Amino acid sequence: MKADLVKAIADMQEEEALKLAQEMLDAGEDPQVILEAGREAMTIIGQRYEEKEYFLPELIIGGDLLQQLAALVKPRLKATAAQGKPAGTVVLGTVAGDIHDIGKDVVSFMLDVNNFEVHDLGVDVSVEKFVEAIRDFKPEVVGLSGFLTMAYDQMRRTVDAIKEAGLRDRVKIMIGGSVMDDAAATYVGADAYGPDASAAVKLAKSWTGGK
Amino acid sequence: MSEKSPEELYKERQARILAAAACRQPDQIPVLGPFQKYPYQFAGMTLRQAMNDYPAARAACHKFLDYFQPDADFGPIFAYPAPAMETIGWKTFKWPGHGLGDDVMYQYLDGEYMTADEYDEFIFDPSGFMFSKWTPRQFSALQGFGQLPPWRRFMWTGWMNIGAIGGPEMQESFRLLTKFAGELNEWWAHQAKYWGEMTEKGYPLAFAAWDWPPFDILGDTLRGTRNVLADMRRRPGKLHDALEVTTKIFEEYGSGAVGAPLPFTWTWVHKSTREFMSDAQFKEFYWPYLRKGLVTLIDKGITPIVYWEADWESRLEHIADIPYGKIVYHLSNTNFERAWDVLGGKVCLMGNVPNTMLLGGTPDDVKAYCKRIIDYTKGKPGLIMDAAIMLDEAKPENLKAMFDFTREYSASR
Repeated sequence: MKADLVKAIADMQEEEALKLAQEMLDAGEDPQVILEAGREAMTIIGQRYEEKEYFLPELIIGGDLLQQLAALVKPRLKATAAQGKPAGTVVLGTVAGDIHDIGKDVVSFMLDVNNFEVHDLGVDVSVEKFVEAIRDFKPEVVGLSGFLTMAYDQMRRTVDAIKEAGLRDRVKIMIGGSVMDDAAATYVGADAYGPDASAAVKLAKSWTGGK
Repeated sequence: MSEKSPEELYKERQARILAAAACRQPDQIPVLGPFQKYPYQFAGMTLRQAMNDYPAARAACHKFLDYFQPDADFGPIFAYPAPAMETIGWKTFKWPGHGLGDDVMYQYLDGEYMTADEYDEFIFDPSGFMFSKWTPRQFSALQGFGQLPPWRRFMWTGWMNIGAIGGPEMQESFRLLTKFAGELNEWWAHQAKYWGEMTEKGYPLAFAAWDWPPFDILGDTLRGTRNVLADMRRRPGKLHDALEVTTKIFEEYGSGAVGAPLPFTWTWVHKSTREFMSDAQFKEFYWPYLRKGLVTLIDKGITPIVYWEADWESRLEHIADIPYGKIVYHLSNTNFERAWDVLGGKVCLMGNVPNTMLLGGTPDDVKAYCKRIIDYTKGKPGLIMDAAIMLDEAKPENLKAMFDFTREYSASR
């Protein structure tokens, strides 16, 4: 049953997946198994995205399905199972003045399925919030997202503030967004630019040494 | 020293741009672009000021025009009318002084403004849906429109059933709508005044109509990005039916360019970059409808300028399937050389000096980039020079280098 559920989710069979999950619960299956199936399916979806078989529509549907499964099992869940040690910690957000979220959300999703602990600060994130989150969560990696060309200067201000707070040496900074490129990474003082979510995962993995 | 009259300069610029757009040899490579927020930055003004003080916005655009001398100009069209937007209560948009800082570019709030079960209603009667459902969701001042009966029932004695229009909420909506229209017309009067002034100086208007691809009409303001993308899998049949409708809307929008001195319909492409959908999805849901609409416009004598936002390298072969010499493709992050290999000499390419270079580079960097892409065209016509992305910020000396170098270098070849 679990294998069928994983397959249904990974193959985007939404109705089938929800029906199967309900049947499993009704048959007395441990709710944790449903969640495990969800995570396994997300890993497959992530792989298919990296292999360019899946794109944004499938990540959106996969994310929706995971939420629906979580809502389904929540009433029957006793305690959260201990997760394995994460591959690393990432603080992520769209810089101040910019309210675009789709690119950032895809990166968040892909880091999550690759076992990173992701602190997504949302959109229009002030310099102060980034600095505070770096202090609080002690990430190895900071991801700055921006869709507007205005974000070049805002990212630069954000990196400068991280420097001024004495935190620059503790984090690697990556930037992304449709208007970004390698020159933008240099301009803003980041360590690298990632053209898509797969690249973001590769960068984060390379910086955390696959911990 | 040139002693040409403004009229002669106008004709020269118009001919130059039309030649390049049709992949014919111009006297020199034209340079123009949708310089969005940049003219106000250049004039030392915030976007908030430009959106509220129309004479000041006009003055800023003149300053920009006189200094850079683009071959065609947009004028103050990108400084949207903030007072009118306040009056109508545009809920799904943020702009300087309305949710954003004084000099931050305005942005749309992506969301679901047509639910999945409203597809049929939209397909049956798009205007009815837009009036009574979409309008109140977009504009807080027009809540009364939710009570508007479908106008299709107005026929014969159907008019006897429209008493709702007399209600207080509807009356208030009409009052605010009238106020809004007055404020909007004041803004348009300044636009028109500028167009007259720039024509007198010898510059043609760079646009005649704006448009959005059939898929984006649904995705941008109706279903929202996430939903429209998921709809390709969840309800492909409905999506196709709705795309038939929005293709007609696309053709209607873009047709306004017929007969203009520069008959350009700027088509802003948002939702189909390589990250957003697979090639198969692009070929099924996006390109056939957009292509059909573009060909309809071309058949009317219009030259569409398609603004391919983001990176299109992987789809160049698909979008090469279009009548040659009749359309302009504006590139932003697409590799120019690769695009020229596929499209050069067939489709006029516009762009794509990196904005990061215009902001953070030097005049020499900019000249080297412009030289590189001009040299790559090997003298074949069909290039219009511009920044890669609608320009908001740059160092003036870098932008000046783009204009001056391109002209001098291409005229000398």
